[in-house]
Amino acid sequence: MIGFIRSLGRWGLGALERLGRGHVFLMHTLAGLPGLFLRPALVIQQLFSLGVLSVAIVLISGLFVGMVLGLQGYNTLVDFGAEESLGVLVSLSLVRELGPVVTALLFAGRAGSALTAEVGLMKSTEQLSGMEMMAVDPIRRVIAPRFLAGFISMPLLAAMFSAIGVIGAFIVGHGLLGIDEGAFWSQMQTKTDWYGDVMNGVIKSIVFGFVVTWIALYEGYDATPTSEGVGRATTRTVVHSAFAILGLDFVLTALMFGDI
Amino acid sequence: MLQKKSTEILVGLFVALGIGALFMLAMKVSNLADFSDERGYQVTAQFQNIGGLKVRSPVTMAGVRVGRVAAIELDPVTYSAKVTINMHPQFDNIPADTSASIFTAGLLGEQYISLDAGADDFYLRDGDELMLTQSALVLEQVIGQFLYSVAEGN
Repeated sequence: MIGFIRSLGRWGLGALERLGRGHVFLMHTLAGLPGLFLRPALVIQQLFSLGVLSVAIVLISGLFVGMVLGLQGYNTLVDFGAEESLGVLVSLSLVRELGPVVTALLFAGRAGSALTAEVGLMKSTEQLSGMEMMAVDPIRRVIAPRFLAGFISMPLLAAMFSAIGVIGAFIVGHGLLGIDEGAFWSQMQTKTDWYGDVMNGVIKSIVFGFVVTWIALYEGYDATPTSEGVGRATTRTVVHSAFAILGLDFVLTALMFGDI
Repeated sequence: MLQKKSTEILVGLFVALGIGALFMLAMKVSNLADFSDERGYQVTAQFQNIGGLKVRSPVTMAGVRVGRVAAIELDPVTYSAKVTINMHPQFDNIPADTSASIFTAGLLGEQYISLDAGADDFYLRDGDELMLTQSALVLEQVIGQFLYSVAEGN
């Protein structure tokens, strides 16, 4: 019995310690950000590997999510004779929810896991300690550019996802199902608010980008320096990111759209 | 060097694509493109009951949007709703005895204010009040009245 309570306590203390180290890590990273203005090439390199290489998966997923939304929404709305409202349904669900959330999940899987594996491997092959030996701060040189790049890429990717999703729904709705083009766009424009809907989606995607990149980099930086440890850290990145995204999504939605 | 250059080009394309997507969301998907909060002149109107009217609901004349509802508050003296309307500056020749009614778009759609032009020689100006108003139709009241009149008839 005592042993059980003791292991529970050890687990709790360990979790708290990790949380604390994570925040110290974040503070160090944020402190390293201003120095990046002197070396933008580092950020551009990371924007390439995090952002540009994620464009394909985001665009393809967005197109199909939009097409499915168009098809499913049409089948439901046509029962009420309201199929002209398909544009509103698609734009609001994409811009408010699916755009930021699905993009963040894809980003965690595509870019977050790669970040963790990269940084974890750097740690286990002692490249990070090697840098420290040369008086190069690995947080400034390795972590901060990746953090900034992830933070910038996420909102751009989410906007692409929403835009291509709307186009996908338009292809299905107008091309396949024959919804009137004018009604589709005009209903969408009257009901979708720039500040209330689009900007709140952008805020969500910025928050998700921050959290996913933070989790991915911290898991890599804090990984046990063995091949097994790096593998575990990569798994943890994806799992913890998914938890954080979906949990934060509820909180942000309640704050921005709900009257709670 | 060539490798670095092509990386920079691709990153530039990526950023441009993202901003382009945001721009499309702004112009094509959301209502940023049409006149929204351009500062016009404000008029008020008192309604007995505004039903489901909300701030930012459209204000139309002959079906054309001429403004938006800017604020809704309860008049503490008359206990009626005082609605402030933000009129678009382009429509500056609306007669002063124009009447305002609250209608519903479609059977279950959102509610909006419809203005009916009067015949006055004077035009509405900032701070004026619309005197002739017609409240929103509350479905329950209408059904209640209908049932009552049916019962009377029998």
